[in-house]
Amino acid sequence: MSEKLFMKGNEALAEGAVRAGCRFFAGYPITPQNEVPEYMSWRLPEVGGTFIQAESEVAAINMLFGASAVGTRTMTSSSSPGISLKQEGISYCASAELPIFYSNIVRGGPGLGNIAPAQGDYFQSTRGGGHGDYRVFVMAPKSVSEMANFPRKCYEVAFKYRIPTMILADGILGQMMEPLEFDFEPIDPNTLPLPSWALRGTNGGERRTVKSYDLRPSAMEAWNFRLEKKYNEIIEKEVKFETVKIEDADIILAAYGTAARICESALMLGRREGLKIGLVRPITVWPFPTQVFRDLARRVRKFLVVEMSLGQFVEDVQLSINGKAEIHLHKRPAGGIPTGEEVLEVTRKVLAGDESKVFARP
Amino acid sequence: MEKIVFEQTSGLTDVPMRYCPGCGHGIVHRLVAECFTELGMKEKTIGVAPVGCSVFADEYFNVDMIQGAHGRGPAIATGIKRNRPECLVFSYQGDGDLASIGMAETIHAAARSENITIIFINNAIYGMTGGQMAPTTLIGMKSSTSPYGRTIAANGYPIRVCELLAALDGPVFLERTSVDKPAAVVKTKKAIRRAFQYQIEKRGFTLVEILSQCPTDWAMQPLQSLERIRNEMIPYFPLGVYKEPADSKSSVMSDEPVVAEKKE
Ligand SMILES: Cc1ncc(C[n+]2csc(CCOP(=O)(O)OP(=O)(O)O)c2C)c(N)n1
Repeated sequence: MSEKLFMKGNEALAEGAVRAGCRFFAGYPITPQNEVPEYMSWRLPEVGGTFIQAESEVAAINMLFGASAVGTRTMTSSSSPGISLKQEGISYCASAELPIFYSNIVRGGPGLGNIAPAQGDYFQSTRGGGHGDYRVFVMAPKSVSEMANFPRKCYEVAFKYRIPTMILADGILGQMMEPLEFDFEPIDPNTLPLPSWALRGTNGGERRTVKSYDLRPSAMEAWNFRLEKKYNEIIEKEVKFETVKIEDADIILAAYGTAARICESALMLGRREGLKIGLVRPITVWPFPTQVFRDLARRVRKFLVVEMSLGQFVEDVQLSINGKAEIHLHKRPAGGIPTGEEVLEVTRKVLAGDESKVFARP
Repeated sequence: MEKIVFEQTSGLTDVPMRYCPGCGHGIVHRLVAECFTELGMKEKTIGVAPVGCSVFADEYFNVDMIQGAHGRGPAIATGIKRNRPECLVFSYQGDGDLASIGMAETIHAAARSENITIIFINNAIYGMTGGQMAPTTLIGMKSSTSPYGRTIAANGYPIRVCELLAALDGPVFLERTSVDKPAAVVKTKKAIRRAFQYQIEKRGFTLVEILSQCPTDWAMQPLQSLERIRNEMIPYFPLGVYKEPADSKSSVMSDEPVVAEKKE
């Protein structure tokens, strides 16, 4: 379909966004995602787009609020502390139904933490993140190729449902170089119709407004129910996940992003020694692939969750399994990166009846 | 023969304004609406409403409107203008919005010389939240969070926004006016019109600061509040032009409606 490229994850993400029609980027420097704004600063002008180095993450997200309100495909990127700063603006976008796209190249936290790869922002990403009742469509890539190709899906969902969408990754995915191919043709946003809600100056037509408030409680309640309807449709139609060798598995590894990739190697090593290990990797962490876990829990007794945080992702697995199987948790927060051998060792122990990492029993 | 001496501008909607009696916001809304309408830009205008008493501006201005987060108007207007350069884009803001929580966005939009216009209502108080101290509250002035009067020791000095921004290279036009009497209202309209005109000419950042009375939160009769503008506000916040283009004697003061050229 397209040529083979060799790119750094962050650059692939930026290029993927441009090819998916992004024409406005505003951001503020923070490691480990600096390659994203750096790439956008030369790439966007090439396609007639706009890059702004904003004075802060707060300004950047509000520039997106304005730019997306006129129908432009927008992007901002940051890492954990910066994403925290953007939350008010993301909440406004969710309420005003603006289709923004952003990425969080998560680092160790809390606080300034460090710049190591981590998954500590899972709750923030999957529970909305800012104030109020809303959700963000969240994709969690495991490779540079997915970093490159997921922005297209994010824009598709963002514009179809008018919600904020994001990519949840980390410094490993952002910094490593891998070969990749784009699985879609570049999208020229000028060929897309201007959305019916986009501000443009009335031009003689109906006046349009974009806003996130209604001071009448009953109207705001109805507004929330309207948003919920969209979210339910997304839960129904947009879940994505990957499974590996689940058919005959005695134990299911559950992980997303970098941790899932590490689990893949644990699975391969384990299968070589005859252990029947399977893997479920949510690709969208919101909406969460609840059903696959629910179905597997009817048959498989043991689940081992591996996450680079203190037990956030495991709660979604627990909610899905709902007491039907045993859940074990291997956690490495704020820069601790498990190895495949390490995960395999834990897997062996769990299969042998070790209960030191039990998170929930049936 | 009857002569029409006043007509409501089509730049405003018919939605009744919820402002308190004597408030300056309504007057300024009318002036802003008259200006973009008379400049022939009504169908090419996008306005940004703030958080503050004028949050409802999105219902009052008869143009495309967006209401954004507290203080972020200049950033929102930046995002709009960069993508719709053919539109007239204004951000309407109070003093808490612009000079406190949103000061960074204000200064940086000015420094970038974003080609937008900010309409800045300085009423020296946080109106919407019930009369707390603003960055522009005068020394000695009482508010609900400075009940004994603002002191330098506890609260420091009020911020003069036009003077502050005039130190930057970015702004093209900065003027401070008031709306405490008819002549001042006329002057304010001219200032807004000039700011819009400069934006249409793609010159860069423009801001009009308008000293505005808030009888409710100042706990004053409307007439008394006008006295405060004259006797207390203007001495600390002197009226006048703080920045203008070198060729400011251009045609911008003509009353002829002008239609902006379209880019490309
Ligand atoms: C992030 C955030 N902080 C605080 C508020 C509460 N708030 C609403 S309006 C306002 C002050 C508005 O004052 P000003 O900008 O001076 O405008 P005025 O109401 O006087 O016209 C504040 C603090 C808010 N909505 N959002």
